[in-house]
Amino acid sequence: MTRDEIIAGLAEILEEVAGVNPDDVAEEKSFTDDLDVDSLSMVEVVVAAEEKFDVKIPDNEVQNLKTVGDAVSYIESNA
Amino acid sequence: MATTDVVVTGLGATTPLGGDVASTWEAMLAGRSGVGPLTQEWAAQLPVRIAAQLTVDPSEKIDRVKMRRLDRSEAIALIAAHEAWADAGLADSGLDAERLAVSVGTGIGGAQTLLAQDDILEASGPRRVSPHTVPMLMPNGPAAWVGLELGAKAGVHSVASACATGAEAISLGLDLIRAGRADVVVAGGTEAVVHQLPIAGFASMRAMSTRNDEPEKASRPWDKGRDGFVLGEGAGVVVLERADHAAARGARIYARLAGAGITSDGYDIVQPHPEGLGATRAIAKALADAGVSRTDVTHVNAHATSTPVGDMAEIASLRAAVGDHPVLTSTKSMTGHLLGAAGAIESIATILSVRDSVIPPTINLDDPEDGLLDVAAHKPRQHDIPAALNNSFGFGGHNVALIFTRV
Repeated sequence: MTRDEIIAGLAEILEEVAGVNPDDVAEEKSFTDDLDVDSLSMVEVVVAAEEKFDVKIPDNEVQNLKTVGDAVSYIESNA
Repeated sequence: MATTDVVVTGLGATTPLGGDVASTWEAMLAGRSGVGPLTQEWAAQLPVRIAAQLTVDPSEKIDRVKMRRLDRSEAIALIAAHEAWADAGLADSGLDAERLAVSVGTGIGGAQTLLAQDDILEASGPRRVSPHTVPMLMPNGPAAWVGLELGAKAGVHSVASACATGAEAISLGLDLIRAGRADVVVAGGTEAVVHQLPIAGFASMRAMSTRNDEPEKASRPWDKGRDGFVLGEGAGVVVLERADHAAARGARIYARLAGAGITSDGYDIVQPHPEGLGATRAIAKALADAGVSRTDVTHVNAHATSTPVGDMAEIASLRAAVGDHPVLTSTKSMTGHLLGAAGAIESIATILSVRDSVIPPTINLDDPEDGLLDVAAHKPRQHDIPAALNNSFGFGGHNVALIFTRV
């Protein structure tokens, strides 16, 4: 799966869970500061991403996923 | 007795009769029933397969993403509160947030969320349980959301007294203003538990009508053929305001909330006192609190839920505390029983009755009980209403009486 495909998958999740416009989802965007995803919605994003990409994202890892690019990298190397 | 005058300056509702106050009131005056069959798959196995459901689903007014974090009872409380807030003209009034309080209760709370998330837990495990579960099911959730969205900073309160909740929440609003803790209180009740478990529970108590073949005729307070209440869902919110505060900003005033009386039976967890003594005392307290004479109370929006025992016990209380002269109605004949929202919706009806000098009908009163007082049966009735009483009683022995007067 390419990084672009992972971004597209994350964009779908972010739209479903937090109403984020898919066009706004890019590697450099911060989940909280740019996309306005609050902590409870982030939990939903993580659980949905685990299912979509068949990956485990432990709670202590979530705090390191500040940007969309961080999440893409994590999924790319752990899926 | 020098107490602070409190007036009603805004109304909001979403009910089985309409998505706002205007459509609800119009349907009430037309004598329309909001009760219909339950067509959900889960209803097939229940002894009760009727309910009064909302005419406008909250998802028509609140976007999908926000609905993910709102229990239905919270969503409809928000809809009613925003209507009341706009109706009161407070949106751009420069009201000091630290003088604005909220008092919105629910009888049962986020039961639909609790049950839906339990299904997810059982089917898919704990990790799939929504992180929004707790704020969705907590009983203070509706009040908290209303406070959050209106920016209230003088306190957010959530009364719970079963079917007296909506009225008690309004009574608390009166207290808050009189005590000087707020100038404006957004007050009311909400309930959304049309779901198989609450229905099965009430049905097991033999409290509900099983007139499944004639839904529109099932809620029939004071009729000899009544066989229990019909569950309804909805929310009602009023804006209460210190009278001089409302006058200073030139607000339109619907009525005055002149007084309230609250008692507890101390008798049984679900049965009302057989002679209605708790209710009688609540009405007497409300009259004294309001400084209103019995003769001025020419209309009562009764609690009358269409249960065999409760309806006539209330009549005994009214005879004792008010007399034989008031004209009664039970709007539950049309809305069904909205539990924690009932007292709020019925307060709104009472307020509009006082303002418009008209009493909405009690439908289905085809074969009235012997010894009944004068009821506006079948058709609305024009009537001079200087003061009106709204009764609400709840499981647990809660009795709340509110008195609204004409301005």
